Amino acid sequence: MTSSLTREQHLDLYYYMRLNRELEEQMVRLFRQNKIVGGVYSSLGQEAISVGTAFALGPGDWIAPMIRNIGSLLVRGFKPRDILTQHMARYTSPTLGKDGTNHFGDLKTRHVVSPISMLGDLIPVMTGIAMAGRYLGQKIVTMTWIGDGGASTGVFHEGLNLAAVQKAPFVLVVENNQWAYSTPVERQTNLRDLADRAKAYGIRSAIVDGNDVIAVERTAREAVTYARAGNGPVLIEARTMRMRGHAQHDAAEYVPKEMIESWKRRDPLDLYEKFLGKRKLWDAKTKKEIDQRVAREIQADVEFAENSPFPPPEFAEEGVYCDGCHAIEADWKRPKEEVMPPRSSVKPEWPQNILARKAPGGKPAVKSKSAKKSGRSRVPVKARR
Amino acid sequence: MAETTYLEAIRQALAEEMNRDPAVVLIGEDVGVYGGAFKASEGLLERFGWERVIDTPISESAIVGAAIGMSYAGLRPVAEMQFIDFIACAFNQITNFAAKSHYRWGAPVPMVLRGPCGGGVHGGPFHSANPEMYFVHTPGLKVVCPATAYDAKGLLKSAIRDNNPVLFFEHKFLYRRIKEDLPAEEYTVPIGKAAVRREGRDLTIISYAAMLHTSLEAAAELAKEGIEAEVVDLRTLLPLDRDTILASVRKTNKLLVVHEDTRTGGIAGEIAAIVTESAFEDLDGPIRRVTSLDTPVPYAPTLEEYFLPNVAKVVTVARELAHY
Repeated sequence: MTSSLTREQHLDLYYYMRLNRELEEQMVRLFRQNKIVGGVYSSLGQEAISVGTAFALGPGDWIAPMIRNIGSLLVRGFKPRDILTQHMARYTSPTLGKDGTNHFGDLKTRHVVSPISMLGDLIPVMTGIAMAGRYLGQKIVTMTWIGDGGASTGVFHEGLNLAAVQKAPFVLVVENNQWAYSTPVERQTNLRDLADRAKAYGIRSAIVDGNDVIAVERTAREAVTYARAGNGPVLIEARTMRMRGHAQHDAAEYVPKEMIESWKRRDPLDLYEKFLGKRKLWDAKTKKEIDQRVAREIQADVEFAENSPFPPPEFAEEGVYCDGCHAIEADWKRPKEEVMPPRSSVKPEWPQNILARKAPGGKPAVKSKSAKKSGRSRVPVKARR
Repeated sequence: MAETTYLEAIRQALAEEMNRDPAVVLIGEDVGVYGGAFKASEGLLERFGWERVIDTPISESAIVGAAIGMSYAGLRPVAEMQFIDFIACAFNQITNFAAKSHYRWGAPVPMVLRGPCGGGVHGGPFHSANPEMYFVHTPGLKVVCPATAYDAKGLLKSAIRDNNPVLFFEHKFLYRRIKEDLPAEEYTVPIGKAAVRREGRDLTIISYAAMLHTSLEAAAELAKEGIEAEVVDLRTLLPLDRDTILASVRKTNKLLVVHEDTRTGGIAGEIAAIVTESAFEDLDGPIRRVTSLDTPVPYAPTLEEYFLPNVAKVVTVARELAHY
């Protein structure tokens, strides 16, 4: 496998994956100590996807994480304390205690949209940001993630279809972790490859080993480049395995033990550590330094979170409406005059191939012998669109 | 100046705001080439171009979702529901995504969601709804229901400039039936302020949208009998103008609420609660309601007329209340 990343970037990938892993392990301990207010949704075994895909984006690009994308938030510049205080419902958290888990974001600098719990809704939202970015001349790409389960929602279809017809610069990462809570992927779809859903929208897709961070990063980078160039959205299916239950309360006894065991041998951190050693990109000392840095940062932020207060009760009443509290301004990267009347290109853009859909010429369609059986006519497929 | 219809007033508001602010864009089904099913955006594609007037697939969730995303990027999208009944298809995006966004993580959603609501045009169960109360029950949204051409224009302009998700319900019965002279100069109408449309001393009739006109006609009938009804136009349902409601009830001491929405869970119930909590001592009679029936909107003209409030029904109940 080849990679065009620098040594520094290779080590960054390890740092974020290790931070992702150790932070969540710490959160599991805090959960057992009753210090987490709600649930902990572990991404154990999926770190390479969160980290590798977000790593492929530029600073002006936008993401919206799903529940198992803490790694993406870390790459985007959020700190363990942000995630810890969120889970512990403290007044120092990014949402000031209004919401938990990774339900937070940052419109202004990190360009992160907070998810909601309903799956699929981020797809049209991130499509809208991609459309707005194009309108404003920003040349940005937007990215979000969804699971094999979330890909069954109606809004997945609506959103991806809109992105497709708009040729929106948008990348959708479908994390196929085999399980939607207790339901296996075979009960979600008849498709063998979730990437095949892309065909239904006429967009590009890719399948990648989700436990190989180098492959994930490279695939994502290609998708981002393709989308940024104006070619339309890309769907990436990243194959992996959810190594814990849906959330910390779920022992996942419905998962066959052999399945877990087989995927353990493909742990994304183990694989990547071997890769770094084989490529001589690090030594034991470097690993130790990074691991110690990770442990130090988590420890400091756990202390910060534990010492943070809960929000005052009456704070519950604040912030329902935004009346003058935020300045709303678009970041124009093109002259506004281009979109103001009078303008030269006011004609509606109409699909180029619209005339190709006139009725098929020649003789009326007749049924062949075999077609009679199946009930299909001989009208060419193209004309039947 | 020529008289302007309610529909033309909406078109003017859209055009003026798009001309004023390049961040304003339109998105919806058939809003561009066709100019909207009711022609509310007619001519805007030609004037502002395809980047700002966006025809979409038939995907209400995606339309609202995309508008939310555009809001996050600093635009002020105006999304159209071809008929407001279809807003149900986008319920999750509106109530869970847009409405909670600012409260949860401080991200404002300066989006307007507009569309034709209301009955009286024999549209049947799926083209006549008044779904405002689903959304009045959702903190974080604003809900606007204009009754006049002047308000339709002024409130839509305010809605577009508002930093919150505003649901703008246009009563389709009024689109081409009412018209008035509008000021030549620019104006807006503030969201959250009711208007007293007729002064009176004997009872207060609170209404909004198409039923405002029914209520005003009823008040004119009642005046012939010597009953002077004060008629209040809510204009905005969320936030509700409690001060104007309470001031009028304290003056007339009797209250009738008239709405086209169905009875159970309609705004009349909320207004009755506010008045009994804050002005119980001022009441000289029971708070009464004239509303549509608790059924879907039926199709046949005989059924729909039976279903809807009308002048005679309002006059009957108002007379009873005046003589109570």
